[in-house]
Amino acid sequence: MGNAGRNLEAAQPQYQASQLTWDKIAESKEFKDLMATKKTFIVPAFIFFVVYYFALPVLVGYAPQFMSIKVGYLNLAYLFALSQFFVAWIIAGLYVRAANNFDRLAEDILNKAEDAKGGK
Amino acid sequence: MNIPLTMFLVFIAITLGITYWASRRSAGASAYFAASRQIKGWQNGVAVAGDYMSAASFLGIAGLIAFYGYDGFMYSVGWLVAYLTVLLVIAEPLRNAGKYTMADVLAYRLKPRPVRATASLSTLVVSAIYMIAQMIGAGTLVKLLLGGMVTYNQAVIGVGILMIVYVVFGGMLATTWVQIIKAILLMSGTFLLSILVLAHFHFSFSQFFAAISQVTYRDAKGAVVVKDFLQPGLLYKAPYGPLNLISLGLALIFGTAGLPHILVRFYTVPDAKTARHSVVWAMVLIGSFYIMTTFLGFGAATIVGPDYIKGHGGTNMSAPLLANALGGSIFFAFISAIAFATILAVVAGLTISATTSFSHDFWTNVIHNGVERKPGEEVTVARISAFVVGAVAIALAIVLQTWNVAFLVALAFAVAASANLPVIVLSIFWRRFNTVGAVSGLAVGLLASIGLILISPSVMGIDPPTVTGAARHLIQAKAWFPLDHPGIISIPLGFVGAILGTLVTHEPASQDKFNELLVRSNTGLGAEKATTH
Repeated sequence: MGNAGRNLEAAQPQYQASQLTWDKIAESKEFKDLMATKKTFIVPAFIFFVVYYFALPVLVGYAPQFMSIKVGYLNLAYLFALSQFFVAWIIAGLYVRAANNFDRLAEDILNKAEDAKGGK
Repeated sequence: MNIPLTMFLVFIAITLGITYWASRRSAGASAYFAASRQIKGWQNGVAVAGDYMSAASFLGIAGLIAFYGYDGFMYSVGWLVAYLTVLLVIAEPLRNAGKYTMADVLAYRLKPRPVRATASLSTLVVSAIYMIAQMIGAGTLVKLLLGGMVTYNQAVIGVGILMIVYVVFGGMLATTWVQIIKAILLMSGTFLLSILVLAHFHFSFSQFFAAISQVTYRDAKGAVVVKDFLQPGLLYKAPYGPLNLISLGLALIFGTAGLPHILVRFYTVPDAKTARHSVVWAMVLIGSFYIMTTFLGFGAATIVGPDYIKGHGGTNMSAPLLANALGGSIFFAFISAIAFATILAVVAGLTISATTSFSHDFWTNVIHNGVERKPGEEVTVARISAFVVGAVAIALAIVLQTWNVAFLVALAFAVAASANLPVIVLSIFWRRFNTVGAVSGLAVGLLASIGLILISPSVMGIDPPTVTGAARHLIQAKAWFPLDHPGIISIPLGFVGAILGTLVTHEPASQDKFNELLVRSNTGLGAEKATTH
C-alpha cells in the first residue's frame, strides 16, 4: 500500500474525507434506508428476470412438445421468446421508477455530507 | 460508379468530418477518454446500442433465423435481457465510483498495482479477442459486399486505418458520434427492410406466418425438405444443444456487464442517473432491433430461400440478399453500407477501451505509480497505443484469415463473464473481498474460459479431407469438453477463484475502505463531474 497516497492523483475523485466520516455515513440511518430500499427492488427483480430468461432455453430444450403447441398461427415457443423482450422492458421501466426514489434518499445523504464539509 | 462503394465513401467522409470536429474538442484526459462526460442520456443510449450491435448481430442473427428459424430467434433474446444486469447492478456504481475504466472501481479499496495490472490484462484480452473476430468478419464482408472490388487484405487495412484515425484524432467524442450515426442507420435500415418484408405479405401476419410454417430447401444430402421454421430444434439439437444455449445465456447475462468497451461508455455521461437512462434507451433500441431481425430472418427464409443464400455468399448474406430481392441494387447498397458502418463503430469502441485501459491503468497507474510525468502524458500514450492496437489488429486479421475463428465472440463474452464480472460485483458488494481474491478471480476466470474453449467442439473436431481452409477445426481430434460455450463452468470457477483467494488471505486495509466505496458507489458522493471546454 506504500503507493496508495500518490495514487490519489490519478485514480481518486475530488471529494476526500476521513475513514471515520465514511464509516459514519455508512452507519447512518439514511444510508441504511437507502441500501434496504435498493435491495427490496433489485434482488427480487434480478432473480425474477434470470429465472424467466432461463425458463426459455430450459422449456424449449426439455419440453419441446409442450412449447410446440399452436396458438393461432403462432406457437407457445415463439410467444414466450417474444414475451422476453416485453418483460425486460417492463422490468427496466419499473427499475427507473424505483430508482427515482433511490435518488431522493441519496440526495439527503449528499446534502448532509456536503454540509458537514462546510458547504464545499 | 459502383453504388455500394459510393455509399461506403459517403459514410467515410461524414465520419472523418466528425473526427475533425471532435479533434478540436478532445484536449485533456477527461475530454479524450470520456468526451468531457457531457454526452446526453439518449445520445449515450444510442451510442451503447451502436457499440454493442455488431455485424454478427445484424448479419449473423438474420442469417441464423434464415437457416434455422425459431432457434435463431431464441438465440437473440439473451443479447437484450443481458442489459438488465447492466442496468440493475453495474452501470450506476461504476459511474459513481470510477473515472475512466472498470479497474478504477477495483483499485478503490484494493492494492492498485496488482489489481490494475490484472484487470488491464483481462480488458486487453477481451478487447483483442472481440477485435480479431470483428476484423476478420470485416475483411470477408467488405470483400463480399463490394462484389470483389477490394481484396480481403485491402478491406482489413482500410477498416483498421479508419478506426485508428477516429480514435487517435477524435478520441471518445468521435467514437461516440460514429456509434450514434451507425445505430441510427442500422435502426432505419432494419425498419425499412422489415416493412418491405411485411408489404411482400400484404401486411398480413397470417400470410407471413403461414409462409414461415413451410420453408422449402435442400438438406445436406440434397433432398428437398419442407420445415416449419417456427418449430424449435433446428439448431440446438439434443443432447447438448439446450445446455449449450443455457451456457451461452449465462455468458451473456454476466458477460455483457463485464465488457470493457460497453462499461467505458458510462463514463461519458454527467452522472449515474443519466447512465441509468442511457441503459434504458439502449434497451429500447436493442430490443426493437432484435424483434425486427426476426422479420429479416424469416423474410430471407421465405422470400429468398436458404438454397439461394447458400449459393450467393452464405448465411451472413441473408439480410443483404433480402434487401436486393425487395428493394433492388440501391437498397442492397444501402444495407451493405450499414453493415460497413456497423463494423467500424464496433472496432472504434474496442480500440478506445483497450487504449484507455493500457494508458490509464497500465502506463500511468501500474508503471508510474499514478503520476503523470508531464501533463497530457496519459492522452499521448493512449494515442500511441491506438496506433499499435490498430496495427496489431490488422496484422492478426491478415495472418488468421484462414483460421476458423467462429468461437471468438463467444470466448470474449465468456472471459468478460468469468473474469471481469465476478471481481467487479464482489468488490462493490462484499466487504471481506481483497486483492488476492481479485487477482485470482481474474486469473482463474480468464484461464478457465480460454482453456475450456480450446478443448471444446469449436476448436477440436475431426473433419473429412473435403473440408478445407477456414471451415476446418483448428485441432483435429475429438473434443474433450462437449459444449461450445464454456460459461456454465467457467463463470462459477471465476467466482470460486475470487472467493477462495480472498478467504485464504487477510487484508484489513481493503475492509477498512469498503464503507467509502459503498457510500460513493451508491450515492454518487464525490463522483467525477462533467468538464467544460
